[in-house]
Amino acid sequence: MSLDKNLLSKLAVGDKHGEDSPYFDGWKAYDNNPFHPEHNPQGVIQMGLAENQLCSDLIKDWIKANPHASICTAEGIDGFSDIAVFQDYHGLKQFRQAIAAFMERARGGRVRFEEERVVMSGGATGANETLMFCLADRGDAFLVPTPYYAAFDRDLSWRTGVRIIPVECNSSNNFQVTKQALESAYLNAQETGIKIKGLILANPSNPLGTSLGRETLQTLMDFINDKQIHLVCDEIYAATVFAEPGFISVAEMIQEMDHVNRDLIHIVYSLSKDMGLPGFRVGVVYSYNDAVVTCARRMSSFGLVSSQTQSFLAAMLSDQSFVDNFLKEVSKRVAKRHLIFTEGLKEMGVSCLRSNAGLFVLMDLRQMLRDQTFESEMALWRIIIDKVKINISPGSSFHCSEPGWFRVCFANMDEDTLQTALQRMKSFVLRHRENKKKRKSFQENLKLSFSSKMYDEHVRSPRLLSPHSPLVRT
Amino acid sequence: MGILSRKATCNTHGQDSSYFLGWEEYEKNPYDEVKNPDGIIQMGLAENQLSFDLTESWLAKNPEAANFEREGQSIFRELALFQDYHGLPSFKNAMADFMSENRGNRVSFDPKKLVLTAGATSANETLMFCLADPGEAFLLPTPYYPGFDRDLKWRTGVEIVPIQCTSANGFRITKSALEEAYKQAQKLNLKVKGVLITNPSNPLGTTTTRTELNRLLDFVSRKNIHLISDEIYSGTVFTSPGFISVMEVLKEKKFENTDVSKRVHIVYSLSKDLGLPGFRVGVIYSNDDIVVAAATKMSSFGLISSQTQYLLSALLSDKNFTKNYLKENQIRLKNRHDKLVSGLEAVGIECLKSNAGLFCWVDMRHLLRSNTFEAEIELWKNIIYDVKLNISPGSSCHCNEPGWFRVCFANMNEETLKVALNRLKMFVDGPSSTTRSQSEHQRLKTLRKMKVSNWVFRLSFQDREPEER
Repeated sequence: MSLDKNLLSKLAVGDKHGEDSPYFDGWKAYDNNPFHPEHNPQGVIQMGLAENQLCSDLIKDWIKANPHASICTAEGIDGFSDIAVFQDYHGLKQFRQAIAAFMERARGGRVRFEEERVVMSGGATGANETLMFCLADRGDAFLVPTPYYAAFDRDLSWRTGVRIIPVECNSSNNFQVTKQALESAYLNAQETGIKIKGLILANPSNPLGTSLGRETLQTLMDFINDKQIHLVCDEIYAATVFAEPGFISVAEMIQEMDHVNRDLIHIVYSLSKDMGLPGFRVGVVYSYNDAVVTCARRMSSFGLVSSQTQSFLAAMLSDQSFVDNFLKEVSKRVAKRHLIFTEGLKEMGVSCLRSNAGLFVLMDLRQMLRDQTFESEMALWRIIIDKVKINISPGSSFHCSEPGWFRVCFANMDEDTLQTALQRMKSFVLRHRENKKKRKSFQENLKLSFSSKMYDEHVRSPRLLSPHSPLVRT
Repeated sequence: MGILSRKATCNTHGQDSSYFLGWEEYEKNPYDEVKNPDGIIQMGLAENQLSFDLTESWLAKNPEAANFEREGQSIFRELALFQDYHGLPSFKNAMADFMSENRGNRVSFDPKKLVLTAGATSANETLMFCLADPGEAFLLPTPYYPGFDRDLKWRTGVEIVPIQCTSANGFRITKSALEEAYKQAQKLNLKVKGVLITNPSNPLGTTTTRTELNRLLDFVSRKNIHLISDEIYSGTVFTSPGFISVMEVLKEKKFENTDVSKRVHIVYSLSKDLGLPGFRVGVIYSNDDIVVAAATKMSSFGLISSQTQYLLSALLSDKNFTKNYLKENQIRLKNRHDKLVSGLEAVGIECLKSNAGLFCWVDMRHLLRSNTFEAEIELWKNIIYDVKLNISPGSSCHCNEPGWFRVCFANMNEETLKVALNRLKMFVDGPSSTTRSQSEHQRLKTLRKMKVSNWVFRLSFQDREPEER
C-alpha cells in the first residue's frame, strides 16, 4: 500500500526512468530461469548484458601479487585510517594520476590527459547525468545519433529534464552519422523552438560496436563548433577496439583541430567495460572547459568513488607493465570472441554489422522478420527469448530506425556457453528457414488442401496468431 | 545563450560560504605537530578519528574480507561485476541490524526498505528528488548543516524554509516555530512537502527529545507532509538522555502501517559513527514502497562500490565487533567532549549542553564587538588568522543569533586539542584590546572594511538584514 501520489514528486510516480519498458521482460525471463551448464542447462542464456568477463584473471593475479594495494591487508593496513577518512571530492591524487595514465595508454599514448581535469562520478551513469546538469537547463536538448544505449533515456533525461533529440542513422551506410542528418535534426529542433545545447554519442558505439573514423570525427567537431554547442564523447569502450581503424579519441582530434573551441569538448570514461569492474563504480568526467571541471567536481559529491576503491586502483593502474599487458590482452581476447561468434553466425547464414570494438555485435535478422515492422521485431524477439532461450536486445530498445537488428553480447560468459548459444541459434535459424520454405509452399497449396499437417511452429504458438495465419482461416 | 547550465553558473552549491572558506584557509596553512606547529588547527571538520584502532584490529583478524575471499574461495569476479542497485543482500542485512543495534534494538529495520546510496549527501538529495518537485519546499530547523543548502536544493530546485530556533530554550523546536515556518512558506508561495531534522543535531550536538518528536509527528500528520530524520550521528550519543529515533516514537504511538508512518523516512550513513566518510556509505530507509522503488532506481547515479559493500558486510555482521565498537566509541567521544567543554569553561566560554555529535555548539556571544553577524564574522576571522583555529561560525549554519560557533573535537589527537585550547586561552586572556599594537588595530580595521562574504546575500530566503547596513 502506498499513499496519495500527490505527496510524492513527479519523478517518483512517473515512469521516465524507463524501467517499465517491455524490454525488461527479457531480463525477467533470464532471472526466472538462468542458464547454468550443470544445474540448469536448459535455462535462458544471458546475452543482453554488455559485461567484460574476459580479463578478470589478470586482475586477480595482480591482486594476489600485490597485497599492499588493499588497505585491509597486513601489508596495506597502515594506510587504512587516512584512506577511510578521505572524502575530498578532488579524489586521491595518485588515483587521478593513475586514471589519466590509463586513459592515455588506452589511446596508445597519442594524447596527454591532465590529472587535474579528472573528475570522479558514480560510474559512467553518474558522469553522463552530471554533464547534463552542467551543460543544459531543464527543457534544453541534446542530439543523440541512433541507435543509442537504451539507458541514455534515463541517464540524460530523467532527473535533469533535458530532452533527447534523436539523429537518425540507418544501415545504408552502416549507421554512420552524417552531416545532413545532424543539420536536419538541428534545424527541426530549432523550428519547434527547442534549444539544442549539444551532441552526445558513444565512441566506440553501443550497440553498433564500431569506432568512429577520422572523417566522421572531423564532421562532428566541425558541426558542433559551427553551432557552438557541446560535444560529449562517451569513450567507455575505448580499450575494446581490436581492429582498424583503431581507436581515435576526440582528445586526439582536438590536437589536430586547433580551430575548435575546447570549452565545448567533454569526455566520459569508466572502468566498467574496459576493465570489467562495473561493481566498483568508477566513472570519470574529463572536460576541457574549466568551469565544467569545477562544477562537475562539486557535483561529484553525489557520487564519489569509494576511497577504498580509489586507493586500490591507484596502485594497480600505476603499474605500467600490468596496464600495458592488460590493454593488449583485452583487445586480443575481445577480438577472439568476436571472431568465434561472428564466424559461428556466418556459418548459419546470419550476418552482423561489421564491427571493430565493443562487447557485442549487431546481428542482422531482417530476413527473419515476418514483415519489416517493429511488431514483427518484437514477435521474433519473444520467440528468441521463450523458445531459443537467449536473452538478446531488440534494436527498438536502442531507438534503431530499422526493425530487424538485435544486439548480442559475447563477452559475459565462458566459451562453452557461447558455443551452446551458437548451437541454439543454429537450430533455430535452420528450423525457421525450413518452416519459411514449407509455409511458402503450404500457402501456395492452400487452395488445394486443408488437411496439410505442416504447420509452422510459429503458427502453433498461440501468442503469435495473426490474421495471416492459415490456422485462423480454417 | 549561456554556454553552461544555470546550475553551473549560479552558486546555490553554496561553496562560496564561509563554511568552505575556512577550509580553504586551513588548506593553505595546515597545522602539523612537527612540520608546521604554527599552522591552522582544523576544528571545522566533523570527523570521527577516535576509534580507528578498533576497526584496524578487526581487519587484522579477518583477512578474507580484505582479500575478496569467502570461505577460502575468491569472489573477486562476482564482486567486480556486481552492480545491482538492490545492493549486496548480506550488506543490507548487516546494515539493518546495525541500525537496530544503534537504537538499542528497540526498533527493527527491514532490509527490503533500505536503499543504498553514495553517502548521506546522495541520500538526502535523492529523497528530495523523490518527495518534492522543483520549486517546492522543505522546512528545516536552524541552525542546520551548511551542506544541506547544496544537497537539498542545488540540482533538485527544492527550496529550504527555516524553522527558527533560539537559545532562549536551548534551540528546541517549538510548535509556534513550526507554524511560523509553514506560514512563511505560504507567504512565499511555496508548497511545503515536509520537514527535515537532524537527530542528533548538527551543529548543536543534542538529541531530539521525545516531546519534540511527538510534536513533529503531530505537525506532519496535520499538514499531510513528510518527515525526514537524518540520523547519521545516532552512534555518537555518549551520555543521557540517550538517543530516541523517530521510528521508536512511531512504534510507541502505534503508528506503524499508518499513512503517517509512510511519510517518515530515515537517512543514515557510516561516515560519522564508524568514521568511514571515504567509503561513501549512505542509506535511505522508507516505509513507502514507491519511495523505496524510485530511490533504488535513482541510486544508479551513486551506488556503493561492491568492494566496500563486501568489506563492510563482513565487518558489521560481526556482532562482537559492533557491540564493542559502539560502546568504546561512545566512551572516547564523551572523554573528548568533556575535555573541550572544561577547557573552554576555564576561559569563560560556555557550550550548549550536549550529549552527542563530534562537536560542541560554543557560545562566544560575549566576545563579539556588537550583537551583529558582522561582528561574528570579524571574530571568526580573528580566530582563523590570529588564534589559528578553523571553526564554523553560526551564520554559516543559518543560526539567527550571532555569536555561536561549532567546534569539532573528534578529528585530531589529544595533544592537538590541548594546543588548540591553549591558543584560545591566550586569545581570551591575553593582551586586552586596549593594549593591542597599532598594527593589529590597523589590521582589524581592514578586516572590518573587507566586504562581507557574498554568501550572506546568497543564502536562500533570508529574513535577516544584510550586515553591511
